[in-house]
Amino acid sequence: MTEKIAVSLWRGRAQGRYQLYEVQLRENQTVLDVVTFVQRHLDATLAYRFACRVGMCGSCAMTVNGRPRWTCRTHVAKVIDRGRLKIGPLENLPVIKDLATDMAPFFEKWQQAKGAFAPSRTRSDPIERIPPGGAARMAADAAIECINCGICYAACDTVRWNADYLGPAALNRAWSLVNDQRDAGNPARLAAVAASGGCHACHSHQSCQEHCPQALNPTASIAGLKRRTTLAYLRGELKA
Amino acid sequence: MTFGRLAHRSNVLWIAALVHRLSGIALAIFLPLHFLTLGLAIDGEARLERFLRWSDAPLVKLAEGGLVFLLLVHMLGGVRLLVLENLDWRDEQKELATIAAALSAVAAFIFLARVL
Amino acid sequence: MNVRLYVLQRATAALMAPLVLVHVAVIFYATRQGLTAADILSRTRGSVLWASVYGLFVVAVAIHGSIGVRNILAEWSPMSERHAGIFAIILGCCLLALGLRAVAAVTLP
Repeated sequence: MTEKIAVSLWRGRAQGRYQLYEVQLRENQTVLDVVTFVQRHLDATLAYRFACRVGMCGSCAMTVNGRPRWTCRTHVAKVIDRGRLKIGPLENLPVIKDLATDMAPFFEKWQQAKGAFAPSRTRSDPIERIPPGGAARMAADAAIECINCGICYAACDTVRWNADYLGPAALNRAWSLVNDQRDAGNPARLAAVAASGGCHACHSHQSCQEHCPQALNPTASIAGLKRRTTLAYLRGELKA
Repeated sequence: MTFGRLAHRSNVLWIAALVHRLSGIALAIFLPLHFLTLGLAIDGEARLERFLRWSDAPLVKLAEGGLVFLLLVHMLGGVRLLVLENLDWRDEQKELATIAAALSAVAAFIFLARVL
Repeated sequence: MNVRLYVLQRATAALMAPLVLVHVAVIFYATRQGLTAADILSRTRGSVLWASVYGLFVVAVAIHGSIGVRNILAEWSPMSERHAGIFAIILGCCLLALGLRAVAAVTLP
């Protein structure tokens, strides 16, 4: 007797409904396998996003039984709830169609947090030597593996409640750049994350850290930003 | 505001943040009443004395125990945040949050044992 | 919440942590069945120490509580940050006024 999974998939945009499909339960099956099966064999109108299928790109992130996950790295056996899977698009982002969200707001906030490297030297200058064991470099390295999958952003309730909040990913990247001694953009960056909706809006729920598939800790990064901006503010280096 | 929809809200630290926020709201509502009560002394002892006799009732004492809990859990939870934000990161946040709640509950029980 | 409000809220929080411990100690020491107004007021009336400690407590809580309420309103109610800020300032002033009045009520000789 072959077992079936009852798969509910979100169909529509902001308005829509969960539609039920039936998929064969297999050994070593990922949630992405299930979604792909539905689109290829049951309902070609389903929209979803993936790329690498091997946990490197972060494109396949969706909400699975209430939690944001990389669907390519989530085994069905681990998350199936009494034979059921409920799969929706990532939270806190506009829905383009079905399981695909519009990541534009996520990346706009990345830019707002000054999450881009600002060079301090030219190609004519000698290469700067950065010891990997230095405190600042280690802090930057601890935060640097972010692949912008949006899971932390989807998990964060402060993002949900505060439309201005830049979010864990953007602030985590800002922290890694704050610690990059080659970067020249800190005055503007600290001012950006010290403004309303910046690092000070974080309530340290740690949902970001709990869900990050790269085991990053944006809460700790944001705490670091709070320290740096407070220091800059008290020294009069910030326009607050 | 959507509650209860997403599974990650069973996270201890999310609950700790909620307790911190709700206790803050409760204290913010209680505080003006507390100030008005103490302000009764402006007209002399008699009115404050009448209030204190009313507050001898066990139900009021139970409510006071609740307030002691709320005040301590809010303060201890807040101290955990101050440590998190100003000192080096430590991983035992869930343990610290649980200890804060436990200590507050114990103190509230001791208070009730003394006054009831 | 920006850096300015954050610093005010965290600074008043740090200030109040020991004050709360003092207050809870006072509560434990003082409260029992049959505590009278005379018991309280005989200790607090004319005391510069009581007035200073609790006066400071009132100022700190007025700032801390109003910023907290501001954040909650901005996140959980339809109010904009600006309106939440106005409400918070009003709340802060009320807490300050009522609080200092209460301190005066029990410490003025």
